[in-house]
Amino acid sequence: MSLSEMVFNTICLFLERAALHRQRSLPHRPPVIPLVARFGDQNTSGTPAMTEREASRLDKFRQILAGPNTDLEELRKLSWSGIPRQVRPITWKLLSGYLPPNAERRENVLQRKRREYFGFIQQYYDSRNDEHHQDTYRQIHIDIPRTNPLIPLFQQASVQEIFERILFIWAIRHPASGYVQGINDLVTPFFVVFVFEYIEEEVENFDVSSLEEEALRNIEADSFWCMSKLLDGIQDNYTFAQPGIQRKVKALEELVSRIDDSVHRHMHQYEVEYLQFAFRWMNNLLMRELPLRCTIRLWDTYQAEPEGFSHFHLYVCAAFLVRWRKEILEEKDFQGLMILLQNLPTMHWGNEEVSVLLAEAYRLKFAFADAPNHYKR
Amino acid sequence: MYFVEHFSFTMQSAELEIEDSFDFLFKIILVGDSNVGKTCVVHSFKSGIFIEKQQNTIGVDFTVRTLKIDGKKIKLQVWDTAGQERFRTITQSYYRSAHGAMVAYDITRRSTFESVSQWIREVEQYGAASVLLILIGNKSDLHANRQVLFEDACTLAQNVEAAFVLMARELMARNGMTAIDEISLEAPSLTLNSSHPVRDTLAPDKNCRC
Repeated sequence: MSLSEMVFNTICLFLERAALHRQRSLPHRPPVIPLVARFGDQNTSGTPAMTEREASRLDKFRQILAGPNTDLEELRKLSWSGIPRQVRPITWKLLSGYLPPNAERRENVLQRKRREYFGFIQQYYDSRNDEHHQDTYRQIHIDIPRTNPLIPLFQQASVQEIFERILFIWAIRHPASGYVQGINDLVTPFFVVFVFEYIEEEVENFDVSSLEEEALRNIEADSFWCMSKLLDGIQDNYTFAQPGIQRKVKALEELVSRIDDSVHRHMHQYEVEYLQFAFRWMNNLLMRELPLRCTIRLWDTYQAEPEGFSHFHLYVCAAFLVRWRKEILEEKDFQGLMILLQNLPTMHWGNEEVSVLLAEAYRLKFAFADAPNHYKR
Repeated sequence: MYFVEHFSFTMQSAELEIEDSFDFLFKIILVGDSNVGKTCVVHSFKSGIFIEKQQNTIGVDFTVRTLKIDGKKIKLQVWDTAGQERFRTITQSYYRSAHGAMVAYDITRRSTFESVSQWIREVEQYGAASVLLILIGNKSDLHANRQVLFEDACTLAQNVEAAFVLMARELMARNGMTAIDEISLEAPSLTLNSSHPVRDTLAPDKNCRC
């Protein structure tokens, strides 16, 4: 059947959007939201000076990191409650397994991995317009300008090119999943944290052209490898039919029915399905539900926790849902619930809120993780 | 298909309503290739604000708005879907309960128009038999880059609001409301006579509007 025959019985509209554009969009400015403001800071109170406690924590990190062999167990324990900005890049690289605990070997490993990454670029990046890769590249290319659209850092051409290269190389090296929308978000925390290795100021409006070319190349390669490590653990979130997500959403539902029956029954009563809101929580690791500064803090713990991204995340999602129990129970229809659950008011969240969330998730994991029958209905 | 001059609806009768009661509830699913502007359409319908840069949609986003048409309160639940193939398993489950489907394409990218037939097939396969289809050619402000000719699509609405009002009216009519009122009289071109023979294979409740 030709298209004209198919749409023969269809109402066809041609949206003349130009008028709308002129009349309505000009007075409008994107809302000024402190999306990443202060996100490198440890405290959320806005006080720039370090508290005594923070200074002492930073000291402990420096001690652990100073030895010839980093004790990863110690580093994990310390990192669980958040990593100071000053030592976050090295700590993330160690915890993800990208860097070896042996300090002497690190420089070699870094150089080798960075060379390897740029070898991939040289070998594969030209194939992005080949027939069998062009769909992948096209999807990445249209998604990059819409990644963090309100943060100027990500609107710079050289930053967008970096993201395109990272995602394209990852995608063609992982054909079982390929590039899936949402993975573009997952590069962001690594990129931001590794930029902090080279700058003191806030990153939101930072102009990357002021960095040495080599620094920018290092940031790119390190982001690629750390993102790859993360995705290795959750690849079945992105393969055909996304079985990892389906399974986790089901597990979330079971868990919530155990920990808060009234929330669970309330959602059931109004026919809200967990997949309708929690799909995105899994696909984007809560990045769309939280400000970027909170995601970075969350990932401190995910990297400190064994199977943080693939397993502990489930308990964080459960704690996150139940965190809104009062608001959820106040909604008395399907649409109210859906709108609440897809737009949870976390815009002003900082480290304190994330810490409370993580503590609750830990408690849930402790109570339910090793007793699967405990949370099965 | 027919080339139709676009016209604008009078908007007085379609106002934003905040009260919770309603006379009709219609579920509309919005589909189409990635980055054709589906989320912009929804956002503009919801808030009247056009924001060009939207994040890519993950899974399905939910929006609702109540309109007042002919003295009736019409609640429209809009499910805005992600365009990427990988999300198809998720998005397909939303077709079943939809009363209407909007298929969007980008007039500056021919390939997105060529996908329209696939999207329509998808709606027909997974949706209810009586689902109402609307085709939306988006980004017409970028006419310098136009790759889909005006004549390829029919023109019936001038803006997003009008598209949703048209959809609601059509759904109301199907549900027993006769759409005889001031506005439909002002817009006689809504029901153009077509020289196409109405074929037997067509569902009887699907009228040609093009």
